[in-house]
Amino acid sequence: MDLNTIWFILIAVLFIGFFFLEGFDYGVGILLPFIGKDDTSRRKVINAIGPHWDGNEVWLLTAGGAIFAAFPHWYATMFSGFYLALVIMLLALIGRGVAFEYRSKHTTAKWRNGWDWVIFIGSFVPALLWGVAIANLIRGVPIDENMNYTGNFFTLLNPYGLLGGLASLTVFTLHGAIFLTLKLTGKELEIARAYARKLWPVATILLFAFVIYGYFETDMFSKLGVDPGAVPVIAALAILSVEWLLKSKKEGWAFVMTGLTIALSTITVFMGLYPRVMVSSLNPDWSLTIYNASSSPYTLKVMSFVALIFVPLVLLYQAWSYWVFRKRISEKKEDLEY
Amino acid sequence: MDAVTIARWQFAIVTVYHFFFVPLTLGLSIFVAIIQTFYYKTGDEKYKKMTKFWGKLFLINFAIGVATGIVQEFQFGMNWSEYSRFMGDIFGAPLAIEALLAFFMESTFLGLWIFGWEKLPKKIHLASIWLVAIGSNLSAFWILVANSFMQQPVGYAIRNGRAEMTDFFAIVTNGHVLVQFPHVFFAGVSTAAFFVIGISAWHMMKKGKDLKLFQSSFKMGAVYGLVGVILVTLEGHAQAQYMTKIQPMKMAAAEALWDSENPASFSLFTIGDEKNREDVFAIKIPALLSFLSYNKFEGEVKGINDLQREYEKRYGPGDYVPPVAVSYWTFRGMVGAGTLMVLLALYAFWKVRKDDFNFHPTMLKIFFWSLFLPYIANSTGWIFTEMARQPWIVFGLMKTKDAVSNTVPAGNVLFSLITYAILYAILMVATVFLWKKYIKAGMTGETGTDENVETIISQA
Ligand code: HDD
Ligand code: HEM
Ligand code: HEM
Repeated sequence: MDLNTIWFILIAVLFIGFFFLEGFDYGVGILLPFIGKDDTSRRKVINAIGPHWDGNEVWLLTAGGAIFAAFPHWYATMFSGFYLALVIMLLALIGRGVAFEYRSKHTTAKWRNGWDWVIFIGSFVPALLWGVAIANLIRGVPIDENMNYTGNFFTLLNPYGLLGGLASLTVFTLHGAIFLTLKLTGKELEIARAYARKLWPVATILLFAFVIYGYFETDMFSKLGVDPGAVPVIAALAILSVEWLLKSKKEGWAFVMTGLTIALSTITVFMGLYPRVMVSSLNPDWSLTIYNASSSPYTLKVMSFVALIFVPLVLLYQAWSYWVFRKRISEKKEDLEY
Repeated sequence: MDAVTIARWQFAIVTVYHFFFVPLTLGLSIFVAIIQTFYYKTGDEKYKKMTKFWGKLFLINFAIGVATGIVQEFQFGMNWSEYSRFMGDIFGAPLAIEALLAFFMESTFLGLWIFGWEKLPKKIHLASIWLVAIGSNLSAFWILVANSFMQQPVGYAIRNGRAEMTDFFAIVTNGHVLVQFPHVFFAGVSTAAFFVIGISAWHMMKKGKDLKLFQSSFKMGAVYGLVGVILVTLEGHAQAQYMTKIQPMKMAAAEALWDSENPASFSLFTIGDEKNREDVFAIKIPALLSFLSYNKFEGEVKGINDLQREYEKRYGPGDYVPPVAVSYWTFRGMVGAGTLMVLLALYAFWKVRKDDFNFHPTMLKIFFWSLFLPYIANSTGWIFTEMARQPWIVFGLMKTKDAVSNTVPAGNVLFSLITYAILYAILMVATVFLWKKYIKAGMTGETGTDENVETIISQA
């Protein structure tokens, strides 16, 4: 396997980590106003991701940095091309990041309700936009022979892109609801369970619709064939099993299954893309690939060593931090930090 | 305005704003870790209270530092895509390493620190804040590696119209970063120290319930500040000498030195005419500039006019003179603030070394206001570093005007500039509000309960 492919895989891994972890973070933020009816229960919801949300977000930052380092043309074309969509996402993420920390630091209802809105919007918008972005990457966007994006903001808002957005939005929200069933107690736990059950059919239908539509909109069909192979099939089975797992209160397993769906769907997308990183809808020859968009072999080699050492280390201490905070959120208000 | 100008304004605004919070994170994380170490060693509750108080102010600052950092990570692709294509090899690498090595570490261990007071063994909890401090300062190192390449390109070759990395080690040990990182590191220490000194002085003025605790903080701040400020100044001197070597035009602009001089005089105050490149009015100290540049009272320091001719010969026709007035005054802003900080830190340290806290009220007021000096120095320092490098974005290799995204319409950039600015302004108000609230509340006692929120939200 050449270095370009290794880096393509590594970036896929970073996106899997990001969607898996931030996926439930976004879900929790979206469910905040629905599950937390009073201030204490809202605080419980926020504290469920309190120690983790920033570490989870760094997966995105690392993916961004890795794309820059390994495939500079991809970084340049995608972020300048999707400019306005990205601005909107960044505004959402800036507000959200501050909100978690600031919300608990002042006690008027106006202050807290205001930041709750910021958390809700700040989670909703990126959860939606990531699906739109991914869908457009595989569907193809107008890229000219000089690797320049020639569309505009509305080019991205095609039906396929929007369906992708709704799919990611609902799947992440479901993933978040299930995460909360593992962290809450008492009446909040019951509400979270109810939302998980209600969200499951919506998320499942949208995800399947997105996949089926994809067979018409993209070249996935010609690439993968009628039998798409194990990865997407297991992804489908995983989300189908969630309904039964929720019913029989095996929430830990349900969480594993939504996680698996997210991970395997991400892999499917990257398999569909390979060896391209951005598909040109104007001319297949103008697509960005892991070869024409990449850094020099030397840079890729240096970065491989860095990744080899540090990615496992990061996984280790992040896992440990989840282990430290594995207990359900305490009932006592004094124990809530956020 | 054209896209380049708007993009430059946007970059300057969001980056200076980010760096408004960064130095405090760098210095205060270490300060909090030190106090918590005292607490761990002595078990004295006093240190726990101090850790919590300064820790809370640190967290408020950290949150906004993180939030504004997210834009930084993406804006090179968004607004400077040509730059990103040209520089990806070299610039992307440290950026990715920064995230992998530093951001993961600071964010994960900060979570453990905030939420782990009761859950973690004391030793591991203490280790967490130290790892946050190390992570933050590591992140500074890596981003400065990237920045240093733009000041002094090393370890690269131009191939296929791109700067490709040929020697990673050379990039990481770039002479420029070896002088730049310590300067920024100690700038962080000084920023945190004057933050602590200023807020403690305010409480000493009010003589509130926590007087003893704030006197104690003041003393620690004074020691921390003295070390920080002396080293940032010495490092600055080293940096200026280095700069004279690698970017002589920057030094010439900093001094508004139109023609080469030997020995060169140091300007205290110059009103110049940028168009005609001459002084209208100037006060100068003979030979001092030669001394600053070479540690002796002679030696030629090149002037703008000579350098312009030299650069034209080397890089082709064009205007290689950075904005002289901005360079000159921002440099003086930094050095001026630095000089005042040295004097204040010396005085503070001299007074409190034997626990004498009897300051004149006016002096306390001055200490409070000195809180703003590092902010002036940090901002002017960066504006100087970056503006006096113009017209280059990467010195000698790429000009700023060629770096901008050529497919993003000016209107889009204007939209993002305005929306960021509005959001940042709102966040600044919220941040200052929280700071004031927690500073006033002091170290002991309640900052309010949740009871009333509870009822209001549930009625809503
Ligand atoms: C000298 C130090 C320094 C400089 C020049 C910069 N930063 Fe910064 N940055 C930090 C020092 C720092 C920090 C101290 O590590 C921060 C501030 C608060 C924090 O949490 O970390 C941070 C936060 C921070 C974050 C959020 C990290 C997180 O989520 O934990 C990102 C993505 C960036 N920065 C990216 C950048 C980029 C792309 C810069 C270049 C233009 C930049 N920073 C300049
Ligand atoms: C956080 C500290 C920093 C501050 C406060 C800062 C400040 C500035 C300012 C004020 C400019 C505007 C100069 C002009 O437009 O004439 C500028 C330009 C620039 N700086 Fe920095 N800078 C910082 C760090 C960095 C770093 C770390 C990098 C890259 C690693 C960087 C890359 C650039 C680029 C790409 C430009 C060109 C765009 C422009 O001219 O506006 N800066 N910076
Ligand atoms: C009083 C003596 C000081 C001197 C002689 C000095 C010198 C310098 C020089 C020459 C540069 C530009 C380096 C370059 O572009 O190559 C610089 C940059 C800078 N200075 Fe200072 N400085 C002093 C004090 C301070 C203080 C007190 C602070 C903050 C507390 C500070 C913060 C900065 C920052 C943030 C930068 C930009 C980053 C960098 O290039 O290092 N400086 N300083």
